[in-house]
Amino acid sequence: MNSEISETVEAASAGEVAARVSAPPRVTPRAWEVAGLLALIAGACLLPFELSGFRLFQFTQVFVYAIALLGLNILTGYNGQISLGHGAFYGIGAYTAAIMIDRWGVPYGWTVPVAGVLCLVVGFLFGLPALRLEGLYLALATFALALSVPQILKHFDGWTGGSQGIVLSRPAAPLGLPLTADQWLYFLSLGVLLVLFMLGWNLLRGRTGRALVAIRDNPIAAEAMGVNAALYKSLAFGVSAAYTGVAGALSALAIAFVAPDTFNVFLSITFLVGIVIGGLASISGPIFGALFIQFVPNYAQDISKAAPWAIYGIFLIVFMYVMPYGVSGFLRLAWRRLTRATAGTRPK
Amino acid sequence: MPPLLEALGLEARYGWTKVLHDLRFSVEEGGITTILGANGAGKTTTLRAVCGMVKTAGEIRFDGRRIDGKATEDLVRLGIAHAPEGRGTFVGLTVEENLRLGAYARKTKASIADDLDRIYQYFPVLLERRRQLGGTLSGGEQQMLAIARALILRPRLLLLDEPSLGLAPLVVREIFRIVRTINKEQGVSVLLVEQNASMALRLADHAYLLETGRVVMSGPSTEVGKDDSVRRAYLGY
Amino acid sequence: MEIFLQQVVSGLATGGIYGSLALSLVMIYQATDVVNFAQGEMAMFSTYLAWSLMNHGLSYWLAFALTVTVAFVGGLAIQRLIMRPVENAPILTIVIVTLGLLVIFNSVAGWIYSYIIQPFPSPFPTTAIRVGSVVFGPHDLGAIGVTLVLLILLYAFFRFTSLGLAMRAAAQNPASSRLVGIRVGWMLALGWGLAALVGAVAGMMVAPVIFLEPNMMSGILIYAFASATLGGFTSPGGAVLGGFLVGVIENLAGTYISFIGTDLKLTVALVLIILVLLVKPSGLFGRAVVRRV
Repeated sequence: MNSEISETVEAASAGEVAARVSAPPRVTPRAWEVAGLLALIAGACLLPFELSGFRLFQFTQVFVYAIALLGLNILTGYNGQISLGHGAFYGIGAYTAAIMIDRWGVPYGWTVPVAGVLCLVVGFLFGLPALRLEGLYLALATFALALSVPQILKHFDGWTGGSQGIVLSRPAAPLGLPLTADQWLYFLSLGVLLVLFMLGWNLLRGRTGRALVAIRDNPIAAEAMGVNAALYKSLAFGVSAAYTGVAGALSALAIAFVAPDTFNVFLSITFLVGIVIGGLASISGPIFGALFIQFVPNYAQDISKAAPWAIYGIFLIVFMYVMPYGVSGFLRLAWRRLTRATAGTRPK
Repeated sequence: MPPLLEALGLEARYGWTKVLHDLRFSVEEGGITTILGANGAGKTTTLRAVCGMVKTAGEIRFDGRRIDGKATEDLVRLGIAHAPEGRGTFVGLTVEENLRLGAYARKTKASIADDLDRIYQYFPVLLERRRQLGGTLSGGEQQMLAIARALILRPRLLLLDEPSLGLAPLVVREIFRIVRTINKEQGVSVLLVEQNASMALRLADHAYLLETGRVVMSGPSTEVGKDDSVRRAYLGY
Repeated sequence: MEIFLQQVVSGLATGGIYGSLALSLVMIYQATDVVNFAQGEMAMFSTYLAWSLMNHGLSYWLAFALTVTVAFVGGLAIQRLIMRPVENAPILTIVIVTLGLLVIFNSVAGWIYSYIIQPFPSPFPTTAIRVGSVVFGPHDLGAIGVTLVLLILLYAFFRFTSLGLAMRAAAQNPASSRLVGIRVGWMLALGWGLAALVGAVAGMMVAPVIFLEPNMMSGILIYAFASATLGGFTSPGGAVLGGFLVGVIENLAGTYISFIGTDLKLTVALVLIILVLLVKPSGLFGRAVVRRV
């Protein structure tokens, strides 16, 4: 085989990769799928009474990450706009909550939706110039954004408390519910997660989702078919930022502390790791991704302070080679194989 | 003596589509062979198959040795130069740089300057334009550049892909004249692929007619030119 | 006036470093249409290598020579082993792989050398150079000199050698390059090698100023991005000039605009990048790229 040929073969497989990360045609969920999902939710509701303290906090964090990852996945996975700066929106969300509570005494319940709306607007506005930036240039601009966020946060120290950050107190359960603060935050995050995932699922499986994917895979054809690419792209940016901002606000409540250096470029890369591992352009992917970025570093930290990142890096590259569609894509594929194998025995 | 280039049972495919079927053709040492055919007959693919740019099956022999499956870069080093379809100009490099690249794979670097001079004699317009970027040349000039770039390799076999495409008749005649001179003076064998059958038949000593990837006729070009069906379909009289 | 001149010279010194790193980004971009997000971390890693060689008793210039050699081979190997399998993959895939490299280099450096900030020696004399009443830092002048020598060597290589010509050809037109016998894959790898080499020199020149630590290059990298964007990602000379320009602008803005000071410097680069991309995406010296559709 000569090099020219091998190139076409590689090009073909690259195309295949692109095709594989496309959202598969979704059908209405079957009864057993709904049942499985309900069982999962029920399990999640029992968890806080089994686990305690730190473990529970970790799962709260998983939910928070999953929301942020779904946001990034809408933009990068579905719409193909590469953002290396979503840590910035997470940071904006977190600081919105912290400033509202600490400086203005606003009840914490308001901060989450406000953070979402604020990030929707900021994201939409950032998305407007981003329309003119294709592929790599958008990656560059958002990477620069991610790098400068800690500096900006430190600069406006009148609001942000500078490098010291802002310390909050953790909200107690309302209405005299017999829950600890940990349990309450867990349920709050779970609730927000469920609502946002339902919304996201509705958004992505229909017309909007198809438009986003069409713009990603063939912008010119999409425009020719009457998809308003500019509108969808900036909307995707806004919605994506809103999800991530909500997650940021929840994380500020859960951790009860914000500091500028948390929202550095590595946070943005962490999110990217999350969607790559979980699965680009998939709705269940963010859950797997969130589990990964929450728990893997925890265990890796035991080896060395640097180990989590070395592992992230290796996972990023290896996944691109062997599982470009992530864990959820892998499971989907495995499931299809399995059902196809048994399809013959099933009544038609 | 075996022919310089010989293809036996040559097949080629793009993806799943087979475009060449069981081709058999040859180029004699010092000869000019032409492959005629309509658009889409597989002429360009035949040349691409010879220089390893498409996936092939069957045998290709150059100077008696198997060359099928070898990389394009290595075939160049054996002395096979290809002036490709679309001319393959390096548009961002100067004309002289384009020519210097032609000599990149040459074993003897010593006489490159002399060869450049001689090539500028064949193509005076390139001498005039040698500091210009390749992309600023006209179509005919780029075609000359492509041939010149192939020649500076001092090839044993020159593959020419539709040198007449898109050029004015006068320019085409000039280019064919130069090809004949090169063939006579330097003994470079030529495999020419053309739609312009009348000019190609006048230049070549041997001709093959390709239809949908199969050789449907072959022989000395004078005989092929006399065939009634060829005359009607390709020569237009 | 003295302060102005001093700031311009030290701006040129850091600008040369931005320009070098920008040049290495542009070299890879031109050859493979990839922006290597790991370029800064590769430079940082090379600089650590030089540092540990010197700790083992090697003289500065010997360590320098060894480091650029290793960086060159390393860059070449990374292209062959890691980038080549995803050469034709979507941009997102390639960006993710270079980000993977970024975090690997960053964390491995932290692992081996720790996150403690280390001083890094300058090969130039320490006595300040006075011209009239203006005082110039010798390291600044030396760094400018090294940068210029490197740039001239690179220019000569690409302009006058047949290998340099072949590399340019391979970047422009891979198919035609094969037809004249150029081994295109190796040319791309050579490009990565040279880029890594240039990055290593930039790292060693900037380390005496900003000190050595695993995150030292993140700020430099964003400035290099700004330089390459300003000069144009399609123009190597433009990227270098962009670097000098950014260096001087950065220093003068930091000195004369009190709002910016030192703590918003990265934001200046961010704003610069976005502005250039919006107003003139091809940069000052770049060509507008015609895209096939």
